[in-house]
Amino acid sequence: MTSIILAVVIGAAFGAVLDRIGATNPNWIGKMLTLTNLHLMKTILLAIGTASILMFGGQMLGLVDVGHMSVKTAYAGVFIGGLMLGAGWAAAGYCPGTGVCAAASGRKDALFFIAGGLLGAAAYMVTYPAWDAAGLLDGSKLTLGSVPGAGYDSLLSISGDLLGIVMGLAFVAIAIALPERLRGGGEAVAPAE
Amino acid sequence: MVLNWKAGGVVLGLVFFMAVLLVKPIGVSTQFVILDAIIGNVAVPDLITQTDDGYTSSNAYLAKSDGKYAANAANPLNYSFVFVLAMALGAFLSAMARGGIGADERKLPAIWYANYGDTPIKRYTVAFLGGFIVLYGARLAGGCTSGHMMSGMMQTAVSGYIFAAGAFAAAVPVAIMMYKREG
Repeated sequence: MTSIILAVVIGAAFGAVLDRIGATNPNWIGKMLTLTNLHLMKTILLAIGTASILMFGGQMLGLVDVGHMSVKTAYAGVFIGGLMLGAGWAAAGYCPGTGVCAAASGRKDALFFIAGGLLGAAAYMVTYPAWDAAGLLDGSKLTLGSVPGAGYDSLLSISGDLLGIVMGLAFVAIAIALPERLRGGGEAVAPAE
Repeated sequence: MVLNWKAGGVVLGLVFFMAVLLVKPIGVSTQFVILDAIIGNVAVPDLITQTDDGYTSSNAYLAKSDGKYAANAANPLNYSFVFVLAMALGAFLSAMARGGIGADERKLPAIWYANYGDTPIKRYTVAFLGGFIVLYGARLAGGCTSGHMMSGMMQTAVSGYIFAAGAFAAAVPVAIMMYKREG
């Protein structure tokens, strides 16, 4: 029961924040991906940095349970799947989470996105054995540095906690340094909605 | 108006941190599979079956990892599925609280209107096809923007960086080709 309450509270907070930062709005996604207004990119980079610093800092202080980490396997399909997701994300202006949020907030095109998504997920369920047999799903769970107690292999044999904080600070620094736009002239224009 | 990136970034970061602190990293795309399996189990008898120590499926993907997905589809009242439903509710309440999204936007986003005019059928087709490749890609990758890009990179997961590299390598050129007018 506790876990359901947590799901409701954290899930609702996540959905509300995605709405408030513009991530559920295809106009903001379009601006970000055409590099004409990077406001949302700065938001996301700062969020990754903030979360990273808090999590690794908390783990070093013993306040955050390392066992709550969940690192996904790195394999060739991650890159191929990333390319596919990126293309669809740019075309539709939605990714899985923001598509659901956008539909809930009344956007009609997001309903079509979800329908296509359910069919795409079903298509993967059916074709999964082919990817598996081709060896494209084979890999290992890797972190950049070695995180004490996490049980993952690491790319570099340095402290994963410290590296996590350094990477977090780097994300924050990039968020600050990133200009409002990289393409086109003039001031970055914010979508009206 | 959206939140300034400094406030929005910190608040979004806090949500990702709270998720790891209290439960586990945020992820969404798996739940498209779970919903498919729930629907599929109604349409196809015996798609999901109970075993002595859990659940399995006639579908290899649902049966993998000791039937983890099959078990979640058999018991949808679990953390990850409820999380996504709550996310939708949170977004709905937030959008309503700021006055709701205008009728024009609900029909077509401004960026589409600026580039392709009043063509809802074309837009809905693109959204549908986009959704298809987004979720196919996310399941092939084993996660999406939330699970790989944000939760992954915050944990210094190598998979998160690989995913983000792939996603932006495709997303930026596609967006630049498709949306030439800023809208």
